[in-house]
Amino acid sequence: MIRAIAWREWRALFLSPLAFVILGVTQIILARLFLGHVNLFLMIEGRLTTLPNAPGLTTLVATPLLGNVGVLLLLITPLATMRLIAEERHNRTLTLLYSSPASLTEIVLGKYFGILGFYAIIILMSLAMPMSLLIGGQLDWGALACGLLGLVLFASTLAAIGLFMSTLTRHPAVAAMGTFGVVFFLWIVDYAGHGRGAGGALVGYLSIVNHYEPFLRGLFDTSNVAYYLVLTVTFLIFSVRRLETDRLGTR
Amino acid sequence: MSNPEVLVETDVVTRFYGRHAAVSDMSFMIRRGEVLGFLGPNGAGKTTTMQMLSGNLAPSSGRILIAGHDMREAPERAKAHLGYLPEYPPLYREFTVDEYLDYAAALRRIARKARHGARERAKARCGLSDVGGRLTANLSKGFQQRVGLAQAIIHDPDVVILDEPTVGLDPIQIREVRTLIRELGREHAVILSTHILSEVQASCDRVQIIHKGSLVLSEDIDTLMARMESQALIAAFRKTPDLNAIGALPQVRSVAMVDDGRVRILHEPGTDPTDAIVRLALEQDWGLREISPEHSTLESIFVELTGESPEAA
Repeated sequence: MIRAIAWREWRALFLSPLAFVILGVTQIILARLFLGHVNLFLMIEGRLTTLPNAPGLTTLVATPLLGNVGVLLLLITPLATMRLIAEERHNRTLTLLYSSPASLTEIVLGKYFGILGFYAIIILMSLAMPMSLLIGGQLDWGALACGLLGLVLFASTLAAIGLFMSTLTRHPAVAAMGTFGVVFFLWIVDYAGHGRGAGGALVGYLSIVNHYEPFLRGLFDTSNVAYYLVLTVTFLIFSVRRLETDRLGTR
Repeated sequence: MSNPEVLVETDVVTRFYGRHAAVSDMSFMIRRGEVLGFLGPNGAGKTTTMQMLSGNLAPSSGRILIAGHDMREAPERAKAHLGYLPEYPPLYREFTVDEYLDYAAALRRIARKARHGARERAKARCGLSDVGGRLTANLSKGFQQRVGLAQAIIHDPDVVILDEPTVGLDPIQIREVRTLIRELGREHAVILSTHILSEVQASCDRVQIIHKGSLVLSEDIDTLMARMESQALIAAFRKTPDLNAIGALPQVRSVAMVDDGRVRILHEPGTDPTDAIVRLALEQDWGLREISPEHSTLESIFVELTGESPEAA
């Protein structure tokens, strides 16, 4: 059941030009950034060889690129997730799901995995560029895997937030703006919050990027994993609850 | 098969929108092999009822059983016995008819191997065999409606719920859909809602009239037809007749002047005072011009029950 819903979601994405435009634009922007990272590496390569414990290709090119993918996902997520429920509600196709023997959890998870499938393609395509470095260099697989895990967790959280925002409305544009607001707020929440005391620490903890950066530095910390998992599960449960209210709802 | 199983049962179901009761205290049941017509003007609560029966809307209070499964406690099991065509067919515009029906089959937990057969059967029943490869968005309204119907019956459900199934169809398509409904009604329980009275006459075994959220009538179509059998005569005379003289006839219950100068004579059911009236008119020289049984219609019963004409509502 979940698989059928996820599969439809995935197909519907690729039947519209939106998915292709997102993939194309992402790839072009990442290519430009990748070139920048490689350029920088080539410029300082000579000096690096004299340093003990010098940062390598992975640290200077691959993981910064994964960081860039994260920023791009922040911008892509509202567009990619806005249709999930809002459009079905708008086109009155949600009825089909509601009158089928599918639980609300199955519907939400189906939608969620469908959009994760799309994110998987974005991530795999962005990985192609660092992989090309293998032609003339070597990568630190451990660091790369750690950064990748961080990116996957980060993307899963964004998708869950987007899905929830999409359950709130019947207009995809409203869902997109809402998602952008929430995600961007979580991004910048600690800009003014480098304050002292527990409040400052809490605000810093909330920030969605603060938990991503350690992964990029090659630090695997279960508390960061937990942060993303908790956020993801919370928004998925919110989504199920929201669909429940839909059925109970008063118009 | 004297008492086939009850497939749908609702128990004092009520639904509020805010403080407005869209449906109140509705109780009824439907057995296998029945086609139930839900009749009522727009805004009477038909769609709300259909949405509740199909699990799209939870009732504020009361209980709905589909094939013995409680919609609240075991929604998945209840919905497995259910096919629903909403007012607007829930089509994914970017899918072809085949893709769409395959998806619908998967949602109804039809095993992968059986999906192709189920899809082809549903297509054949709904006259869609030639349009399998076309996008649902490009189909005419009539075909879209049929795809919606195919989606509702693809898993051969016990209960088929159709919300205004013939809206937007041309007369030929309407006839085809009615034939299909009749066919479905043989092995399943079919509920259809409509505000077209002739539709109920054409395809239902039983009719329930709903008005302002409550059932005002629930009757077999045969009983209803019998009830609609003429109980009144309309007569026109050249001269003004003596109404009291007509009223004195044994079979006549009451006599009244109708607006256009004709006389409406209500008589006891099962009797026919025509001969007596003709004789009387001849004797009194009233100049009888016409006399005929008044055909009572579903419309008139509707008006009688609700005090409103269906068109005006």
